[in-house]
Amino acid sequence: RCGSLASRIAQPSSRVARHGKARGINRSHCDRGYSNASKKPMTMNDLPQPQGSWAKRHERMQKKYNLQLAVGLGFAGFTLFAAKQSGLVNFYFGPGKLKFGKGVESKEQEAAAVEEETITEPPADVESEALPETPVETPLAAPIDTESAAAPSAPVDTKPASAPPTPVEVPAKPKQVEEAAITESSAVVSKSEDAKSASTAKESAGKVSDIPEHVPYLIIGAGTSSVAAFRAIKAKDAKAKVLVISGEGENPYMRPPLSKELWYSDDIEATNKLRFKQWNGKERSIYFEHEEYYTPVKELATRENGGISIVKGRKVVKLDVHKKRAFMDDRSEVSYDKCLIATGGTPKPLPVFDNAGEDVLKNVTLFRSVSDFQRLHNVAQQGKHITIIGGGFLGSELACALGYKLKATSGSVTQIYPEAGNMGRVLPEYLSKWTTEKVKSEGIEIIPNSFVEEVKSAKDEKVKLKLNTGKEIVTDHVVVAVGLEPNVELAQSSGLEIDDTHGGFRVNAELEARSNLWVAGDAACFFDIKLGRRRVEHHDHAIVSGRLAGENMTGSGKPYWHQSMFWSDLGPEVGYEAIGIVDSSLPTVGVLAKATAKDTPKAVVEATGESLRSETEQVADTSSLMHSSDPHAPLKGEDYGKGIIFYLRENIVVGIVLWNVYNWMPIARKIIKDGKSYDDLSEVAK
Amino acid sequence: MSYCKQEGKDRVVFVTEEDHNAPAAVSLPEEDEPPAGLIQPDGEINWACPCLGGMTTGPCGVEFRESFTCFHYSTADPKGSDCFEPFSRMTECMSQYPNVYGSKNDDREMPKDELTSEDSSEIGHSEVSAKA
Repeated sequence: RCGSLASRIAQPSSRVARHGKARGINRSHCDRGYSNASKKPMTMNDLPQPQGSWAKRHERMQKKYNLQLAVGLGFAGFTLFAAKQSGLVNFYFGPGKLKFGKGVESKEQEAAAVEEETITEPPADVESEALPETPVETPLAAPIDTESAAAPSAPVDTKPASAPPTPVEVPAKPKQVEEAAITESSAVVSKSEDAKSASTAKESAGKVSDIPEHVPYLIIGAGTSSVAAFRAIKAKDAKAKVLVISGEGENPYMRPPLSKELWYSDDIEATNKLRFKQWNGKERSIYFEHEEYYTPVKELATRENGGISIVKGRKVVKLDVHKKRAFMDDRSEVSYDKCLIATGGTPKPLPVFDNAGEDVLKNVTLFRSVSDFQRLHNVAQQGKHITIIGGGFLGSELACALGYKLKATSGSVTQIYPEAGNMGRVLPEYLSKWTTEKVKSEGIEIIPNSFVEEVKSAKDEKVKLKLNTGKEIVTDHVVVAVGLEPNVELAQSSGLEIDDTHGGFRVNAELEARSNLWVAGDAACFFDIKLGRRRVEHHDHAIVSGRLAGENMTGSGKPYWHQSMFWSDLGPEVGYEAIGIVDSSLPTVGVLAKATAKDTPKAVVEATGESLRSETEQVADTSSLMHSSDPHAPLKGEDYGKGIIFYLRENIVVGIVLWNVYNWMPIARKIIKDGKSYDDLSEVAK
Repeated sequence: MSYCKQEGKDRVVFVTEEDHNAPAAVSLPEEDEPPAGLIQPDGEINWACPCLGGMTTGPCGVEFRESFTCFHYSTADPKGSDCFEPFSRMTECMSQYPNVYGSKNDDREMPKDELTSEDSSEIGHSEVSAKA
């Protein structure tokens, strides 16, 4: 109401009055009471009157304010929550809880139980050595309390059920501690051999003496990295004594032939003996060394000139890094000066198969080891239909290899993968398409952009796969090649760090995880000075890192510098070598030309006599900087015969693929090492 | 004529013979360290040299090193004639491991020039060379 306004606002300006007059608005009432007293004076009655009860109004207003407050708080809370979840804002709550990966969580119980067992071992049998401190953990405190001394020294036969991991005979020393712990732990590896020797008093002592009590060099895992490491150790330290523990139970062997050369041989006998013919006709075994090369374990400790011994059938389950002791799953242990973890990895399983029944699983192979190869080879001999799941290196190589093999036995191969083309995550799209066409031309049925949703067993011992696209496939055997899970069970039991991004044990550029402990090969997530932290799962890297670790174990302290390469052959006609980070998500520049007959893997091996491509580098003559053969003009339809693909990260070359171009790896290696950015990569390609 | 095309983030360059046969405009810097040979700059034997194959790391590695060291520092004429004893110990040791040191086996090749002091590129078995 104008009247109330009057008291609050200043005198109207003359402009307003004129404006009012001009517009014909009758503002005479709004003269704020300063002009003639035409209005009657205000009275108390004109004061605003309460429209209702104060309380009710107050409540109403409060309700409104409360609602506003609630909405405001809710929105603020939601914002904070969204900020935290999206990772935009780091709240810096403090160092995160140690994460050990999914697989290890389930084994916690096992590991903990084993810990208790193995830890309590020392006091029992090594009394004479007066081994004082056992790292008795707090979990032991609980079992000690709960168990009574009634358990001790009972002969094994009387309690077979309660203690499958048969307690070691500790006759005259009924240490409640260990008895309690041992009878407690039920989920542990069983040692049936222990049960038989129930009569012997110091049964454990007998166990300990079959491997040395102490070795200067301990290598966990007997794969490619281990070989490179023990060779490097022996080269530096002539009389070194090296103990190698093989979880897989085999002498060290090369893995690449399992998916390549071994399938292309026509000599079944040789294949069964795991000998293969290289492309040039020379035969060799997949095993790195003959059995004689290795010193028998019993002799290692006393052999004057040292040696390398392989222990099979045991696994190391815990390392006491500080005290430098390794504990095995059969309760034997060994102390060391320097240790290398080269445990490699296990093939990744597919959940859809884990839940399938036993009769399906017997027709499924998770391909990695020699025994997997032998099994698959048997199946292939019978001329069946094999389905491969996975379109990466292993999957594609196996597809081509099996395709070749099954031609003779009238079997067939199907390959299923979620990417659009073979090697889809490695090669740029155009090359991946070309590779896929090549694989198809070998007679393999390819089903891209698919994965298996359901698996059932079908009649005649076959397996029925149902894909996400709705397609159904009935097959005799399934091979799963979907990646590798590094074997890091030791991390949790031994206090080692695991990398969450890449998986594997985290080590520095010198491959050290902790003092006197190194990791090499597939299981090592290391810091590459040139390319950043990464984990590489290739043969040459295993050798390079194994050798580096071996050298560092003998005191070199060198960082990882020699960039490892890798190669892949899709049959004898198409192959490529690569180095560095080769990830198809990076922008690439390819320089290509048409290939000639000289540019095939076969030709390379014929010329240099060496099938392991990492060797051909040294043997071939790379002194001249010119091309090894002349490129021809490209055809109308692009033919990706041969060429060089550069992978760029922030315009610096971080990876190179030499497509059907061989023996130029040293130059490629140099380019990566220099880490410069080049304007015209075709000049570099020359 | 070379031509280029772009497929998304991937660039492809097709080159012709003429363009590629011209010398490269970009030159890579020289190798900073030539690969180490059998004899190190200070005259010591480099036991990690791939030219020695598996001789240094095998079961007879120590015997081999003794005989080779003796040969290397020998001043007699002909060189090494005063090293009969270490050599005989080595041959005796090697005879105990025919499968490792067999000379006629297909799966293992002896390095051809173990007694020369020159660098060689022979590789006895699958050992990868170090670049420095």
